[in-house]
Amino acid sequence: MSAAAASDALVAVDRLSKHFPVGRGWGRGGRVVRAVDDVSFTIGRRRIVGLVGESGSGKTTVGRTLLRLVEPTSGRVTFDGGDLLALDAARLRAVRRQMQIIFQDPYSSFDPKLTVEAIIAEALTAHAPMPRDERRTRIAALLRRVGLQPEHMARYPYEFSGGQRQRIGIARALAVEPKFIVADECVSALDVSVQAQVLNLLLDLQEELGLTILFIAHDLAVVDYLCDDIVVMYLGKIMEIGPAEQVCGDPKHPYSEALLSAVPVPEPGAARRRIMLSGDLPSPIDVPSGCVFRTRCPYAGDACASDVPPLREVAPGRFSACIKDR
Amino acid sequence: MSAPSESVAALSGARLWAILRQRKAVLLGLAILAAIVLLAVFAPYVTPYEPNRMRISQRMRPPSAQNWFGTDEFGRDIFTRVIYGGRISLLAGALTVLVACVSGTVLGVLAGFFKRIDGVISRIIDAMMAFPDILLAIALVAVLRPSLANVVIALGIVYTPRVARVVRAATLVIRELPFVEAARALGVPTWRIILRHVLRNLASPIIVQGTFVFAYAILAEAGLSFLGTGVSPETPTWGTIIAAGQQYARQADWIMIFPGLAIVLSVLSLQLVGDTLRDILDPKLRKDL
Repeated sequence: MSAAAASDALVAVDRLSKHFPVGRGWGRGGRVVRAVDDVSFTIGRRRIVGLVGESGSGKTTVGRTLLRLVEPTSGRVTFDGGDLLALDAARLRAVRRQMQIIFQDPYSSFDPKLTVEAIIAEALTAHAPMPRDERRTRIAALLRRVGLQPEHMARYPYEFSGGQRQRIGIARALAVEPKFIVADECVSALDVSVQAQVLNLLLDLQEELGLTILFIAHDLAVVDYLCDDIVVMYLGKIMEIGPAEQVCGDPKHPYSEALLSAVPVPEPGAARRRIMLSGDLPSPIDVPSGCVFRTRCPYAGDACASDVPPLREVAPGRFSACIKDR
Repeated sequence: MSAPSESVAALSGARLWAILRQRKAVLLGLAILAAIVLLAVFAPYVTPYEPNRMRISQRMRPPSAQNWFGTDEFGRDIFTRVIYGGRISLLAGALTVLVACVSGTVLGVLAGFFKRIDGVISRIIDAMMAFPDILLAIALVAVLRPSLANVVIALGIVYTPRVARVVRAATLVIRELPFVEAARALGVPTWRIILRHVLRNLASPIIVQGTFVFAYAILAEAGLSFLGTGVSPETPTWGTIIAAGQQYARQADWIMIFPGLAIVLSVLSLQLVGDTLRDILDPKLRKDL
């Protein structure tokens, strides 16, 4: 984004790529999946940035790379002014106190053999030992903070509902008092009514603790509700960046437009133009030349196949990777 | 709560009992196993004679009220010797399980968790598994000299790859699970992730594999003893009794039959228990993790 915004950013991602080699052994010709390809964006302090895209767009890989759970192939990630990718193992562990992740699957993200107390205690004691009494007080406070009871401490994760488990996941993430949280599809597995509760909890916590959140989702309605800014990804590339209400109200990129038209409107009979994308996501091994979206884009022309369209500022604070002005 | 996931902790006594009732065979297996172990432990109190007391006048007597399993070529009571033999055979089996499970788990976790050394460890495991078990055991005991300790070491080495393979496969699954990633994101050191999360969740496959190794080890120990590469021939084990009775098979087949039955019963019941344990514990590994 703009230079002013970049200097104030907590997280700056610069030309990040992650390519996974396909197959193993000799003679396979070094084919790669371009899960994330030349992605740049920034996340301002105390902002909630939504990262949207369909399955396979690389949004989860971006989230994991920001926490260095996945090592990128190339590019830079700056966290709070420091180069995240240059850190050695010991320093990385220290920085990890400041960044956390909330997972999509509330079932497999907890060790089934540990109680809630042990799960959160692990977060509290990961960096420094803590006396048992203090630990229990802190765990009780954390559980209360996320809307659970201190008595829940002695139970196992399987004794909770999906929404409650997600609250435990949030409590675990908050235990290290992070500045930055990656919420990876953290409500996708929940019922709609429970989704709203968890989203509101996240919003409350963000305001209260001044958190910066990267909210990864495929549901634009959820992102619109929660986020300040939106980054739209397709096939490992960024299609559009902009303030949430603007992107959702007036999408600049044809892909954002198509995504938006898929959001159900809670108004019977509302007249809307539905853009049905034909076909599937192309294989990330053989990405289309030029614009990666052109194979499914209703406006695609010959020019779209020749060059990769750069992300350009189409309006103040709005960036779109489409060669057409619309 | 949707899809209540079962873990070992969730497996209530009632549910366990329901599973056991469905499979009556396993109850029989457990009962036989318990009986064999108890007899071996309390051997001096339950046997009517001394295991090595020879009574030449009573040699090669068929089973009778005085000698339930008959007597051997020196007039020693076969029942007594089978019970005492069980002590060594079970001990050898149990120690082998211990050796194989410890070394197999260490190798399997290292191979599964650290991709860099996986190639080397896996190839060694494959190479070892290419040898027939008993042949490798004979070769190892021959190098180490026959004794109980060396039999245990040799069999422990022979069955290490079996455990290591299963542990490696399970580790590969566990290391990619979100809760391991969560621990990494929290900054938990790798060694603590392995000790706390990986090993804890490996318990089920190791227990199951250990049961099978126990059965194989009893069989292999008997085989080694029979071939004269196991414990010294005068020590009664199921294998040595059969080996000694072999030359009298025509005149006194009971010398071989009863220790043979002891082997069959213990191996069979171990396999039954192992199968059931696998059915109880393993679906959880797939579903819950």
